[in-house]
Amino acid sequence: MAKRSSAILLPVVAILFGFALGALVLVATGKGPLAMFQAMLQSVTGINSEAGSFNPRYIGEFIVQAMPIMLTGLSVGFAFRTGLFNIGAEGQLMAGSIAATAVALWVKAPPGAHVVLVLLAAMAAGGLWGAVPGYLKARFNVHEVVVTIMMNYIALFLNNWAVVALFKSEDRIKTAAFPASAMLKSTALSAMTHGSRLNWGFVPVLVSLVAYWFIIEKTAFGYSLRAVGFNKDGAQYAGMKVNRNIVWSMIIAGAFAGLAGAVITVGTFSFGRALPAAEGYGFDGIAVALVGANAAIGVFLSGLLFGMLKAAQTLMQSQGIPKEIASIIQASIVLFIAMKYGISHVLQKLGPPKPGETDR
Amino acid sequence: MNILLTMIPMALIYATPIIIAALGGLYSERSGVVNIALEGIMMVGGFAAAAVTVVLEPNPMAAYFGLLAAVITGLLFSVLHAFACVHLKADQVVSGTALNILAGGITVYLCQIFFDQQRTNAFTTGIAKLSLPGLARLPVLGALLFKDVYPTSYAALLLVALTWFVVARTPFGLRLRACGEHPQAAASMGIDVVRMRYVGVLLSGALAGLAGGTMVLTQDIQYSLTSIHGTGFIALACLIFGKWNPAGVLGAGLFFGLSEATSIYAKDIPLLQAVPQDFFYMLPYILTVIALVVFSGKSVGPRAAGESYDPGKR
Repeated sequence: MAKRSSAILLPVVAILFGFALGALVLVATGKGPLAMFQAMLQSVTGINSEAGSFNPRYIGEFIVQAMPIMLTGLSVGFAFRTGLFNIGAEGQLMAGSIAATAVALWVKAPPGAHVVLVLLAAMAAGGLWGAVPGYLKARFNVHEVVVTIMMNYIALFLNNWAVVALFKSEDRIKTAAFPASAMLKSTALSAMTHGSRLNWGFVPVLVSLVAYWFIIEKTAFGYSLRAVGFNKDGAQYAGMKVNRNIVWSMIIAGAFAGLAGAVITVGTFSFGRALPAAEGYGFDGIAVALVGANAAIGVFLSGLLFGMLKAAQTLMQSQGIPKEIASIIQASIVLFIAMKYGISHVLQKLGPPKPGETDR
Repeated sequence: MNILLTMIPMALIYATPIIIAALGGLYSERSGVVNIALEGIMMVGGFAAAAVTVVLEPNPMAAYFGLLAAVITGLLFSVLHAFACVHLKADQVVSGTALNILAGGITVYLCQIFFDQQRTNAFTTGIAKLSLPGLARLPVLGALLFKDVYPTSYAALLLVALTWFVVARTPFGLRLRACGEHPQAAASMGIDVVRMRYVGVLLSGALAGLAGGTMVLTQDIQYSLTSIHGTGFIALACLIFGKWNPAGVLGAGLFFGLSEATSIYAKDIPLLQAVPQDFFYMLPYILTVIALVVFSGKSVGPRAAGESYDPGKR
């Protein structure tokens, strides 16, 4: 029981620390932290507390921001559960984005089927991109952290090459627009939220969250993945196929991230894009997974939290608060979670003495 | 031939920050702390260098004060990593990730506070190039290596030699390496592992800060969010490709620098015209993955890098 409660307490403390630090930075640089909190409130509820007005477009954009980082959060979290650190969600996302663009532009299929093909292709491509570090880890014991970092950059430049060379972009920045059959766009959802970019992307996201929970918690396969994460040698000794599990874990992690690529490419946008630099969805995913304690419900909640931070950035900037305060808060939260041994040590000293509880 | 004459000095400019940052990574990893925050530290250093240079110009030494500021801020920033990893036993990769996110946020935040925009103001000259009297007039070699060269490139070479000497030939280097191979054994011989790891991480912070400052003051006109664009990760690749050795780092760094320079001049070289530019950008990363596979099974890197120091472990 002590472990379960610390899985909730630690992220909450880290989040409070992060926001407190963010407010402190604002005060120290002569900005009012109140405007930051107002911007956050408005981005989630659509209510402008200053003017007393309501605009549902903000809610739509908030959900749009939260969708892909929930998926990259699942990606990072899934690998974590098997004891692997997937810094490569960014690259897997881009691999998914390339595949989504290819299927959207090149494949002709009836409405409904087309978009499903797009999503499946993106998952396959992301899975393939994740399989490489997984295989290298299993076969050669090469550390997945370095390989996934390198694969991120390979994917970035592959994407930029593909946009120009494969998809024949005329301005070398974006591809031709996708046909409507390939997209997650919805005029109804957009109209409901006053013209936001809200789209059907939340459906695959919710399905992924449930699938994640089911695979990890309810299947023998998930159990053996977790066993590898807890104790590799123990799992091996118990007869589990450790190497096979490592590869599959990275494939599934990659598929979640690849799906995020599709949700962005055919949901938020309607064309493939060349990118000057990585957009940070992979790093966001690390934050989401850490705060969410690698559980489906946790990833959902922390996805909302970081989605709010991202969505509030434009509002903050318009109110004279540098939007980078969001990154500062996010980084502080991650750093506090990283320091969990130190923090839980302090918490234990502050809290009432519990007889018989071991230092855990 | 003419292309080579412009390409090689260019490659040297690109290679310089890669080599300096990779040397920083070498100190940290040899002490047993993985530092994927090189990128973030370079950003902080780059920002400090640009900001100080802009403020002090037209003072002719402005850029050098900028570099000094880069070293100091890089060092201070890396204290966070050292404190988290060594004192609080944080996961080194998570802590590094946090620093990378933080660096992007805090530098641009401060740009908005100090300069009211997303980047620093532009400086006028940055670091001035110099020509070595006499040597610069040598045929071919003079133009390649001694004419219009940034002094920071020579500094990088000196740092390679110095790092080799310190790590391979001094008691300090031996102790540092021992902490990265088997900290418990090192501790049993009376080495203060915590202190050595702090020194390793702080040295990596100072060097990565210098690398960031060098990069901005020689390749850019100001600091912005994209000034470093992944060079810290190339430095990490360089460290691995160079087998965690100063000489290897030098070779890998020059090669990666050449690859970057080639991407710019490829359109003028008949054989390389058909190769897309993006391929040259990819090359360092692909080669590093291949190198990791080739090195696998051989004990190339520091054995205990990435593990928190647990004095009770056997």
